[in-house]
Amino acid sequence: MNLRRVGAYFPAFAKGYIRNPLGLFMSLIFPVILILIFGAVFSNSGSSQVPLTVQNLDNNSPASVQFLAALNATGAVSVSMVSPDVGNLSTYLAHNDLASGLVIPAGFNSTIAACSQHRPSCGPLRLLVFTNPSSGSEAGIVLGAVQGVANGENLRLAGGTVVVAPVNLNVGNQIYHYIDYLVPGLIGFSVLVSPMFSMVNVSSTWKRDKLFRQLSLTPLSRSEWLAATFLWYVVLAFVSTLLLLGVGSALFGAHVTLTVLTLPFLVVGPILFVAIGLLAGSASSTPESAGVIGNIITFPMMFLSGTFFPVSLFPSWLVPVAHALPLYYVIDGLNAAMVFGNTTAAYTDLLIVLVLAVVFSAVAVRVFNWREE
Amino acid sequence: MGTRPDGPPALPAGPPSRELKRRAGFLSAGPVRRGTAGPVGVTRVSASIEVSGLVKVYGSLRAVDGVNCAVETGEVFAFLGPNGAGKTTTVEILEGLRRRTSGDVRVLGFDPWTQLDRLRTRIGVIPQDFHFFPKLTPREAVRLYANLFAVKVDVDALLARVELADKADDYYDTLSGGQHQKLGVALALVNDPELCFLDEPTTGLDPRARRSIWDVIRRLRKEGRTVFLTTHYLEEAEQLSDRIAIINRGRIIASGSPTEIISRYGRPERLRIRGEPALAERLSNLGFHVEPSDGGVEVELRSKGDALTILQSIATSGLKWESFSTKSDTLEDVFIQMVGRLEDGSLPEASPEGSP
Repeated sequence: MNLRRVGAYFPAFAKGYIRNPLGLFMSLIFPVILILIFGAVFSNSGSSQVPLTVQNLDNNSPASVQFLAALNATGAVSVSMVSPDVGNLSTYLAHNDLASGLVIPAGFNSTIAACSQHRPSCGPLRLLVFTNPSSGSEAGIVLGAVQGVANGENLRLAGGTVVVAPVNLNVGNQIYHYIDYLVPGLIGFSVLVSPMFSMVNVSSTWKRDKLFRQLSLTPLSRSEWLAATFLWYVVLAFVSTLLLLGVGSALFGAHVTLTVLTLPFLVVGPILFVAIGLLAGSASSTPESAGVIGNIITFPMMFLSGTFFPVSLFPSWLVPVAHALPLYYVIDGLNAAMVFGNTTAAYTDLLIVLVLAVVFSAVAVRVFNWREE
Repeated sequence: MGTRPDGPPALPAGPPSRELKRRAGFLSAGPVRRGTAGPVGVTRVSASIEVSGLVKVYGSLRAVDGVNCAVETGEVFAFLGPNGAGKTTTVEILEGLRRRTSGDVRVLGFDPWTQLDRLRTRIGVIPQDFHFFPKLTPREAVRLYANLFAVKVDVDALLARVELADKADDYYDTLSGGQHQKLGVALALVNDPELCFLDEPTTGLDPRARRSIWDVIRRLRKEGRTVFLTTHYLEEAEQLSDRIAIINRGRIIASGSPTEIISRYGRPERLRIRGEPALAERLSNLGFHVEPSDGGVEVELRSKGDALTILQSIATSGLKWESFSTKSDTLEDVFIQMVGRLEDGSLPEASPEGSP
């Protein structure tokens, strides 16, 4: 390989790319638009509390007020009161598009008092909790919070002491927000999308227009061409990373660090997807079919690799699918390197991405032929 | 044009000097090869291109079926044939872009498929249907090639030479078809090649752009370069080339200079007389081969003296006639006749190089 020729060809490829507005939009602008949209929509999701509508039928008795104060103090729910005059709470919730509700029954205070004095009239209190099945995670939070406060009250009434108690600490040493996961996810997105969309197009339209044949008439070799192409997408990945880090930190306060371990992912990742894009384009007979094949590869990877949401939130049957996608290891590794500081996980992911990049590049070099038999 | 540190100095523009002609083989008694780097074990090359028994098969189709030809250094050699005759397949094999099925091919002494790396710096190629990167300018394109070939090039002079100076900074995708081809020529010349392949360089161009490309080809010849030109325009081959090979269905059916081919395969010169139809009978009686023609008759001339005999005869016959003219076959006439004779089996399929 002659590095002088790589250097000679690189600016020509870069100019051709930069002068094509669509390519530049997909590589640099689109990920920024995504971080602006998702960052704005989910900016409070990391610390938000589940709204809980409460109807107190016990005339704001001291025990009921104390119970609701304890519920509010959990930090899991934010209690808002509605008047007993609204009638059936379930109907009220449905009419007002509210997901969760709690009814404090009449006699709450007197029952608690009876129980605390061990009177025979101490009976079970039924707290009605309404949840929306379509908001599964919110329902779990509401039920857990109400159950927890109720258990505390039961323990107190029984005169017991706390023996087993959880101590809640954050993972790592900071509070993570959605934006912290989003930044590495979108860097991975950029590492995927820039080469995939353009390489599929390049390898198919250049083949149609015989531009590879034209290059084969010069001393530039296939491997030199590939090296210059790799280099360009690595540069794009670095620029995109800096943009996303800047926007994520400045506008949404993302706690993401550009560690040294991040850098190899920005080199090996683009190489992997350049090779896959080249293979997809080479396997197609026309640019149109190349576009379809490229989309079939790119879109599932885009959504199922933890780009926008952590794979841990996926249903269990979908997790193995995510683990079969190369982008998963790029994003998981970027999260480990940039968010959690987990070097072991980052190295493992890097090794997987590296092996995939070597394999796909070797196949691409073998399959991708400038001359015709 | 560029100069390579290890190659010959760039050829100056203008009429060829004695040195240029010598280098190009015009004045040499024996074969001469330009350039210093040669193939291992080969010190002299008798012809720039030597092809023997070339065959290319695609499935059941024999696209090239036993082609033999040789292109001498410094000549413009036209490969002429209808669409699908095997021209481009042959030229792409010579350029090292396509693998041959069998046969022997030597270009500047190298096997173009296995030794393309050594050949590349010494040939210039304008492929059929030339395309380039849409968002690069001609100036950037020439610079790119110069950097890849590691040669110094006067970009402005080269673009001016192909009449593209005023479009030097326009993107390729804004140029016309003729300007695209001119850029193709410019790129083919960046490495100062001694042998240029031009594969249908004027197809699809308007007459003015075509003439402009012709001028460039003529200049290449003047500079002593060898040119291998494929075309399906007979006029182009006739105008530009020293020698022609006519290929049809993958086989060469005739070769030689345009004049040789016409004299060898064309019909004799004819005298066309506009006049009354009775002229035909009168001239037939004199032993001439006469055919009716639009508004008169056409008589085959066996010698120049026949024309005088015929004109004297009709002058004394009292028959009415208005005008006369002579008509010779063009290359196009010959080509159409040959292909027709090949179709009906009255012409042998292959004609050896240089033989009648």
